[in-house]
Amino acid sequence: MQPSNTRQTVNIPGPRSRDPLAVRILLIGLTFLFFAGFIFMPLALVFSQALQKGIQLYLDSIVEPYALEAVKLTLLTAAIVVPLNAVFGLTAAWAISKFSFKGKTLLVSLLDLPFAVSPVIAGLIFVLLVGSRTPFGSWLGEHGIKIIFSTPGIVIATLFVTFPFVARELIPLMEAQGREEEEAAITLGARGWQVFRIITLPNIRWGLMYGMILCTARSIGEFGAVSVVSGHIRGMTNTIPLHVEILYSEYNYTASFAVASILVFLALITIAIKGAVEKHVHNNQ
Amino acid sequence: MTLFKGKQRKILPGFGLSMGYTVFYLSAIVLVPLSTIVMSAFGMNPETFFAAISSPRVLASYKLSVSTALYAALFNAVAGFLTAWTLVRYRFPGRRILDALVDLPFALPTAVAGICFATLYSPIGWLGQFLSKLNFELINKPSGIVIALIFIGFPFVVRTVQPVIAELEPEIEESAQSLGATRWQTFRKILLPHLFPALLTGVTLAFARSIGEYGSVIFIAGNLPLKTEIAPLMIMTKLDQFDYNGASAVAFVLLLISFSMLLLLNGVQRWQQKAYQ
Amino acid sequence: MSIEIRNITKSYPGYTALDNISLNVGTGELIALLGPSGCGKTTLLRIIAGLETADSGSIILEKKDTTNLPAREKNVGFVFQHYALFRRLNVFDNVAFGLNVRPSSQRQSKSEIRDRVMHLLQLVQMDWAVKRYPSQLSGGQRQRIALARALAVNPKVLLLDEPFSALDAKVRLELRRWLRKLHEDIHVTSIFVTHDQEEALELADRIVVINKGKIEQVGSPQEVYDHPANAFVYNFLGNVNVFHGRIRNGKVVLGEHPIEALQGLNGHDEKAGQAFIRPHEIGISRIRSSESDLIGIIRDIRIMGSQIGLELESAGFDKPIEAEIPRDIWRNLELSRGEEVFVTLNKVKVFTGDYEI
Repeated sequence: MQPSNTRQTVNIPGPRSRDPLAVRILLIGLTFLFFAGFIFMPLALVFSQALQKGIQLYLDSIVEPYALEAVKLTLLTAAIVVPLNAVFGLTAAWAISKFSFKGKTLLVSLLDLPFAVSPVIAGLIFVLLVGSRTPFGSWLGEHGIKIIFSTPGIVIATLFVTFPFVARELIPLMEAQGREEEEAAITLGARGWQVFRIITLPNIRWGLMYGMILCTARSIGEFGAVSVVSGHIRGMTNTIPLHVEILYSEYNYTASFAVASILVFLALITIAIKGAVEKHVHNNQ
Repeated sequence: MTLFKGKQRKILPGFGLSMGYTVFYLSAIVLVPLSTIVMSAFGMNPETFFAAISSPRVLASYKLSVSTALYAALFNAVAGFLTAWTLVRYRFPGRRILDALVDLPFALPTAVAGICFATLYSPIGWLGQFLSKLNFELINKPSGIVIALIFIGFPFVVRTVQPVIAELEPEIEESAQSLGATRWQTFRKILLPHLFPALLTGVTLAFARSIGEYGSVIFIAGNLPLKTEIAPLMIMTKLDQFDYNGASAVAFVLLLISFSMLLLLNGVQRWQQKAYQ
Repeated sequence: MSIEIRNITKSYPGYTALDNISLNVGTGELIALLGPSGCGKTTLLRIIAGLETADSGSIILEKKDTTNLPAREKNVGFVFQHYALFRRLNVFDNVAFGLNVRPSSQRQSKSEIRDRVMHLLQLVQMDWAVKRYPSQLSGGQRQRIALARALAVNPKVLLLDEPFSALDAKVRLELRRWLRKLHEDIHVTSIFVTHDQEEALELADRIVVINKGKIEQVGSPQEVYDHPANAFVYNFLGNVNVFHGRIRNGKVVLGEHPIEALQGLNGHDEKAGQAFIRPHEIGISRIRSSESDLIGIIRDIRIMGSQIGLELESAGFDKPIEAEIPRDIWRNLELSRGEEVFVTLNKVKVFTGDYEI
């Protein structure tokens, strides 16, 4: 369940139908008020709390070994998850948008499932599937493979949670682009892979990039699911969001917010990139 | 004359491969893991199952998750709608920045949002100070949960309604005006009904998302049993106690609620599409 | 390359798109598939190209059964209605595409490809646009590139799906003439689909009139226009007046007037008939020229350029008579609204049998 992503343009009707000035001022004021309370203050809070004990401590909290380990694990997870889901997204979008077949609507709805599932449940299902108490899990355990409470568990839970992002971006895009260019390509003698590589892929590169960015942002920030499958073991199965939680629960607020500020930066960068991509796409139309 | 299974042959290449991989990946990552909940729920002793899902604590958690999600969604219906309207219809300094920041709750990790709101509204927090003077407490109270869920659901409403407002044709309002309607009448009788399907879709999205929300809520909620324990936390607690059956049972019910939301959402979206043909 | 289309049938749930279609196209011919929207002409074209599969039947290209071949191997050039140019490739790469994707054993050298592409671009008069991208070109220019691209791989057959329908009227006319000339130079067997009868009449060596998945008539433009096989073809191939009347004494009675028909009507007495008259076959005059002339009142005058359209009301006719006269005749007659004139119905063709416009 992701909101649609279209570039908004200002749309103002003629002078006679404009809202009265009083209404305009009121609504603009209310909007700012809402943003102040719900957006700006939280942002400001993060940095004020993080820097409360001075910038040196801020930087120390970030480069502290456990924090760095958390960063490494988070990035490693993203590096595995995003390409995998991107490949899936491309494959699924190709099958769905370039062909007609029965059950397509069902398939597309199934792709949305992870969005409908609470993150905690997303973690639970993998505990039930490959946890050490399950038949599958204990078999793996005998072969020295631990999934839950270890990196693979975090990877696979994140895989589940970020599963739909790239596909959902690409499917409407490729459906809107139609099949004609691909049909033209095959009448000219191109083989399957050539069609995909030369024709389809360049046409969707912005959508693909955008989907991968969303996927990355979500995989870095995932909390609930990872909370379940990791053991919160510092230095080993801690991701950045989990680290933030640990520090907070230890009342180490400054460090907690310091690490959180990394995530805030990432979120702001994601939003900025999204804006840039949308503007580019909008200008290209 | 040649007879062939022409209908089966696909024109563009790669259908078998892409479809096969899609179904495989979908099953391995999503369907099979999700089925564990179902299998677990059905594999349980019915008594165990019902005991798990109907204990007072668990029932309270369902009620809490659903009710807070509902309040937040309703608030967002108004706030999100007004924000979308303002962003599309008015020009003012900072508009672009606000427009971009609408996505913040969507892009920000839930844990960060969680600690932010917990700190902001704590008795010594920036906003919490004010509110405690007014005898308003948000920490360890359901209302705190609602605040966090408002934050989470906000972009869903705005981003769903915004495109529809942007696509309104000015001519419609102008002709209503020229026929003598006041601004308010035009809004109430013409614009609002037109925008309603999109609004409903956005609200349903926000609601469905908020029911399962975890990270942004647990910090401000205080997690007091029977009072501010959300359903996902119940699952977590049972897991910590290795009560896998209990966890699965609660999760199963929560999944049922989520999936019916998804079905409802599909229905609403299809209605929306028909309304905008 | 000659094309033999044998008993092609294709149905979709609820309706039949093509019903046992058979057709022969000779080498070097330029054939038009003409018909209203939804008649199946595009489906047939796409089946020949391999972009759709028929339920039954076969396509034989130069004695080889290509029905089951994938589109890739058919060596058929296809020009799409909306050009389908590769938007991320420039003009050169678009035209060179078919040559570049050949397996290395069959691929020409870079310079050979370059020569061929430039030759084609000159042929379509677009060599100046080599580095441009499709989005920078007009519709007519894009279509010419699409044509060059299709021709680059030396197809044995060229298929064009309503190639000009997405273009402005003037551009459409220019490209039409240009395509005819191109075909005379290159002589590739070509089939194009159109719903515009003027286009078909002007361009094609032979026209295949299709309606609801069936072939109504095949013939040269003259045959099809002057000797339409049935009412559908008559009506589709040009403007026409249709009046209902009854046949009596070897003539068709319209209103109260017995009218002489083109063909003999003896033996069809008392049958209901539809009389088809082309607007420009109607004579308008201030003097009665024959006994069977009608009297018509001018209700509307339409100045359409070189022809003038007149809408006439005549006693006993439930519909106005649409006539077309050349501009100078109109000027000489100095006609105005409300005036009475004598109307001569010439070349009246009568069809007995069901006809629905």
